[in-house]
Amino acid sequence: MSIVSIPQRELPVGNVKSYAAGWWGMIAGIITEAALFAYLLFGYFYFAVQPHGALWPAEMPTFKLAAPNTIILLISSLAVWIGERGAHEGARLKQTAGLGAAFLLGVIFVVVQIFEWKSKSFTINSSAYGSIFYIVTGFHMGHVVLGLVMLLPLTVWSAMGYFGPRRSAPVSIGAIYWHFVDAVWLTVFFCLYITPYLGLRHGS
Amino acid sequence: MTAAEYDRVPRLAPRDYKSPIAESLHALWETKPGLIGWLSSVDHKEIGLRYIVTAFIFLIVGGIEALVFRIQLSWPNQSFLTPEQYDRLFTMHGATMILWYAFPILTGFSVCLQPLVLGTRDMAMPRLNAFTYWVFLFSGLYLYVGFAIGSAPNDGWFNYVPYASRAFNPGLNIDFYALANIMLGISTTLGSINFVVTILHMRAPGMSINRMPILSWGTLTISVGNLFAMPSVTLAFFLLWMDRQFGTHFYQPPAGQPLLWQHLFWMWGHPWVYVIVLPAVSMVSEALPVLCRRPLVGYTAVALATVLTMVLGFGVWLHHMFATGLPSIALAFFSAVSIIIVIPSAVSAFAWLATIWTGRPVINTAFLFFAGFIIVFVIGGVSGFMTGSVPVDWQLTDTYFVVAHIHYVLIGWNLFAVMGASYFWFPKMFGRLLDEKLGRWNFWFMFIGFNLGFFPMHISGLLGMPRRIYTYPEGMGLDTLNLITTIGAYVLALGFFLFILNIVISLRRGAIAGPNPWDAGTLEWTTPSPPPPYNFVVIPTLATRTPLWERRLDEGPYRSDLGKGMPLDHGKEALATSTLDAQPEAILRMPEDSIMPLLLALALTAVFAGMIVKLWWLVIAAVLIGLAVQLIWIWPRAELAERRPG
Repeated sequence: MSIVSIPQRELPVGNVKSYAAGWWGMIAGIITEAALFAYLLFGYFYFAVQPHGALWPAEMPTFKLAAPNTIILLISSLAVWIGERGAHEGARLKQTAGLGAAFLLGVIFVVVQIFEWKSKSFTINSSAYGSIFYIVTGFHMGHVVLGLVMLLPLTVWSAMGYFGPRRSAPVSIGAIYWHFVDAVWLTVFFCLYITPYLGLRHGS
Repeated sequence: MTAAEYDRVPRLAPRDYKSPIAESLHALWETKPGLIGWLSSVDHKEIGLRYIVTAFIFLIVGGIEALVFRIQLSWPNQSFLTPEQYDRLFTMHGATMILWYAFPILTGFSVCLQPLVLGTRDMAMPRLNAFTYWVFLFSGLYLYVGFAIGSAPNDGWFNYVPYASRAFNPGLNIDFYALANIMLGISTTLGSINFVVTILHMRAPGMSINRMPILSWGTLTISVGNLFAMPSVTLAFFLLWMDRQFGTHFYQPPAGQPLLWQHLFWMWGHPWVYVIVLPAVSMVSEALPVLCRRPLVGYTAVALATVLTMVLGFGVWLHHMFATGLPSIALAFFSAVSIIIVIPSAVSAFAWLATIWTGRPVINTAFLFFAGFIIVFVIGGVSGFMTGSVPVDWQLTDTYFVVAHIHYVLIGWNLFAVMGASYFWFPKMFGRLLDEKLGRWNFWFMFIGFNLGFFPMHISGLLGMPRRIYTYPEGMGLDTLNLITTIGAYVLALGFFLFILNIVISLRRGAIAGPNPWDAGTLEWTTPSPPPPYNFVVIPTLATRTPLWERRLDEGPYRSDLGKGMPLDHGKEALATSTLDAQPEAILRMPEDSIMPLLLALALTAVFAGMIVKLWWLVIAAVLIGLAVQLIWIWPRAELAERRPG
């Protein structure tokens, strides 16, 4: 009978990237947030397939603001990625600039999105479509704002030199959330803006 | 301990709860004295007990509500309660029991026990754990504040629209219910995240996923389930609040869709049924074998059946909506899944029977509760199987038959398991055994009262008595049945009172338990009773599922190492291990006690208080305070190795 023993080896101490409880917690949180958007979009399609033509506005969604805004959000994800690489490399400037640029691009997204909302001919309580449109984009906007609330302190902390190659878990945790917000937008954009052109009963 | 430490080869130390290492660990991990210390505690045992006590209080409150409206239903044509009072009481009863008792009690057991059975020192995110408790508490208080000021929900716990919409329910009653549910949803979701991380990331070295206690399978399964299910109900209630207060068109006809509520509610609601029974079921699978003096028969099958039940539980929600006029192809599919789900449930039932049959059962109170649980489990399962069939459901839906079914499932599968588990784990948490003699009275009163109260409901349902009516005419064959039901409810309540009495007496005078009173095999029984704040003085290494039974079972050539291990005493530390094999991966720094979770929960409650009365300045102020608290909470700290030293 032999008693098991685990070989003694050097173990990293502390919240190193994928060992940090916060990293795991964020992944689990992203799963549940993704489920939230799945239910929101379920609501959208539930209305879309109802046999009430009047539920849906006649006009097709326009890409005038939404398309450039999507590109802005994609670029911000790239900026976060550069910032996170900077943290891993110990390059403080690259890190701060990447996260800061992502923050600014996120703010621009929010502003453009407000103009997008204002340009609509319907309101949140004018029709079922209006309700679901504003709730879905509103929930996304809420997540963008939450992401900005994470990016701002991360940028400041980066500038203060808090993080380095072995001490960058908070940056990675914030970054993965931002990528998630970006991915959700692509899904929302596809469902709300593109599926009508693929024949999902707009204006019929 | 130095903040600059990046790597370390952990040294080993002997397992000795009286050594200087134990003393220094005690100083590091203990809850500080005083009120602030108590409010700041992040010790999982402390928080778990708070959960259990709070949930039992909600059980008593919800029980009293039922006892009151059972008086109304004892005889035909009663006017003890007005219809509106009756509506409020049965709604509060259902909501309290299903949302503020049934899940939180299991969370309490899991928070208390998971780190102990996994061989670790705390939950993965201890401050989040404290926050989760406070939000649960405040959400319940929020609902009861509504009740106290005359704004109790009155539309049943599942709160169907259009009756829940503003046109029919103009007060704040449904809004209190909606917002309280959103708060509780936040708590439940965060709690589930914490369990997932703890169980997948912090098991003792060597406790590979196939050596994990069956108890952890239950909690892990429903926590993952919650990640997918909870957003549905939280969203459903949010949209309802928007409809009621801001005139949106989600549920309100003609533009809105009343059935959307039922979809969103039951897409959460049916998984939720499994969420509030599977951890209880797994407590039976964990404790019953100990009392039968053998390992559980079919560990792998039971673990997989637990997961399969949860997965299938996501595909049965339409069986709550069979009578809403859906296409028959949908009915056929959902009926089939509802019936197939019997199979994994039966796997567990047969595993317990085989465990008892092939074991040498010790007949004590805990065993009696588990045996009673199995009987009730089968009856509740069979009535569920019946209503899973579409034609039978069309006959029985919205009758007392369904009320009988839900009570057999929820009281039987949840409360009986919880009672047995209380007798089983009480000695671990308090160091004293509960009284056996009183325990027998406790069991028989509850078991007889329960069956006396709820079995006749099957018959009144078959006779056509609709649910949710505040009274009924005489001479329909329902009079005697309802009187028996009321008597049974009071006998059940008396039984539960004996349980409380037993706790009060045994806390002072119970027999001293020692570390392992049941001669059990798993890790929690290797610690002193009650466990010290740090749980394990050294982290054990596992070679089997039941480290304390290895010599007896003689399963293989390897033995667990309980005699020595890593003391991890360079500060508050715990071990991170790999998900499948549980190989050591990192030494985690654990946070100190903190008042921030309580402050953040208070800020969140203030946000919801502002929302109900539409005091937007209060909402904004509370959000800003909450953000400030979070900033303090998450500010990267060198001691936690979240940032560079210096």
